[in-house]
Amino acid sequence: MTATTTAAGRLTALGRAEITLLVRNRSSLFVALALPALMVVAVRNSLGGLDLSGTGIDPDTALMTSGTGLALVLVVHMNLVSAYVARREDLVLKRLRTGEASDAEILAGAALPAAALALAQCAALGAAGAALLGTGAPERPWLLAAGVLLGVVLMTVLAAATSAVTRTVESAQITTLPMLVLSSVGSGLVLPLALLPDRLARLCELLPLTGAMTLVRAGWTGGAEPAELATAALAAVAWTLLGVFAVRRWFRWEPRR
Amino acid sequence: MTDATLRNALEATRSASGHEEHAIEARGLHRTYTGGYRAVRGIDLNVRHGEVFALLGTNGAGKTSTVELLEGLAPPGAGTVRVLGHDPWRQRAAVRPRIGVMLQEGGFPSDLTAAETARMWAGCTSGARPVPEALELVGLGHRAGVRVKQLSGGERRRLDLALALLGRPEVLFLDEPTTGLDAEGRRDTWELVRALRDGGTTVLLTTHYLEEAESLADRLAIMHQGLVVTSGTPAEVTARRPARIRFRLPEEVAPARLPLSLHAAADGRHVEIRTHRLQEDLGALLRWAAEADVGLEQLDARSASLEEAFLDIAEHAGGSLPGGGPPDLGDAHPHDSGNDGTVRAR
Repeated sequence: MTATTTAAGRLTALGRAEITLLVRNRSSLFVALALPALMVVAVRNSLGGLDLSGTGIDPDTALMTSGTGLALVLVVHMNLVSAYVARREDLVLKRLRTGEASDAEILAGAALPAAALALAQCAALGAAGAALLGTGAPERPWLLAAGVLLGVVLMTVLAAATSAVTRTVESAQITTLPMLVLSSVGSGLVLPLALLPDRLARLCELLPLTGAMTLVRAGWTGGAEPAELATAALAAVAWTLLGVFAVRRWFRWEPRR
Repeated sequence: MTDATLRNALEATRSASGHEEHAIEARGLHRTYTGGYRAVRGIDLNVRHGEVFALLGTNGAGKTSTVELLEGLAPPGAGTVRVLGHDPWRQRAAVRPRIGVMLQEGGFPSDLTAAETARMWAGCTSGARPVPEALELVGLGHRAGVRVKQLSGGERRRLDLALALLGRPEVLFLDEPTTGLDAEGRRDTWELVRALRDGGTTVLLTTHYLEEAESLADRLAIMHQGLVVTSGTPAEVTARRPARIRFRLPEEVAPARLPLSLHAAADGRHVEIRTHRLQEDLGALLRWAAEADVGLEQLDARSASLEEAFLDIAEHAGGSLPGGGPPDLGDAHPHDSGNDGTVRAR
């Protein structure tokens, strides 16, 4: 047989179909494009009223970190939970499983557009910050990149896991709330963690997105202890592995009968 | 060299050269769903290379549950499956490029067009046909730019078939391929399946159109409550069932006057004879009628059809199986089943 497919070819085919679907679905497109921008504006207004002295962060850098986190949660997590559930309920996932793509490729292919969109938004946010707010370039770009990439992978895996407890596309609006609320309050999406009481802040370091966000913040500000960074990276990897385990154990490829 | 060692040597040669005797082999298959429902209760199946094999059964007989095991969509609770010599669940990567699958219900994103759907599928299929060719094959060429949600049920079935054929599979699984198609669409699909078979493709299909099985299948198996109740060529399966002679006697002729050798059953003036020797018994009946000068009204003699065999099995096998409820074929009497050979169960 000629032209054996490759993993890259299969991912491209799946990703291309998924991006077409994203463009044609108004509500998904709104969540992916408009919502992060609106949230960033809202967060900027609220950050303006906070006393950040003594936290080592200025409001503009805090905004850069928040915006990156919002892109991860809204564009990758929320969007993908809906996408996975919709494809499952339409029997698309089951149909794809009869083909040559592996399980991991099917899930990754569906996540490609959201991941690319989130990365593009992070880049756009950084560029806008530099141009409009004068934040300048991130102090340690590779830390920022590592944080964003870890975040994208983690949010994808957790979206797949969340879809297992989501019956319909409508109920995805509810099942994605815990991630949004927890991350907003506890991972520094809306409030910088430094503003929380010490003991609470310790607890919040255990939340899924906190590790990735710590890396992102350190990437912008440049100020972080090596030990703190190692803990953050470890936490992000641990949550990812936990998510992979949950997906392998509980992910549903077809609707409940 | 004993027979056994000779056979072993032959099998070793076959598997080494990749020429297994059967395209699909299942041994002792079981499938139990969470919740304890036993959909498949010990099935053996052999599908030879290049044949069309039909799996028949009432709704809930376990056809789809069985086919999903053969396709490698789920592991069997017990038993083994070999498709082209490989375990389709554990050795998915080895089997998938060589098979084509059409599920009972196609799953396609409703906002993609037919062509976009086929393009996505082609990107995931080794040696894929060009998309226009695949759509043309099932008569969907003119609908390429239409969104899946705007296609009719029959058109979606045909799109599904196009995707199953995209990689020129050696083994094709079709789960109710013509359900929802109109008469013409059904005929087109049959032609396509015959052409594929002539080209060497092995086809396993499920259907509840008995006419479809009778006209397409080289061999078939009838399932009931998770078991294969009978299998063979359509001729073999029907040959095991008695033929039937029916007629009405004139009022003044009592059924008791019929020759005893005929084993006739009378209900008023209506008489039915069930026989495995249709020609002899019909001859005897006609000779008797001529000699006795009796006119047989509404005389009707016919060999068993697959439909009769099927209904017979569904009705009789039901009560005798342990743990089985009534066969879910309550409304599928011969009278209801229409002229098209359809059995509408449930």
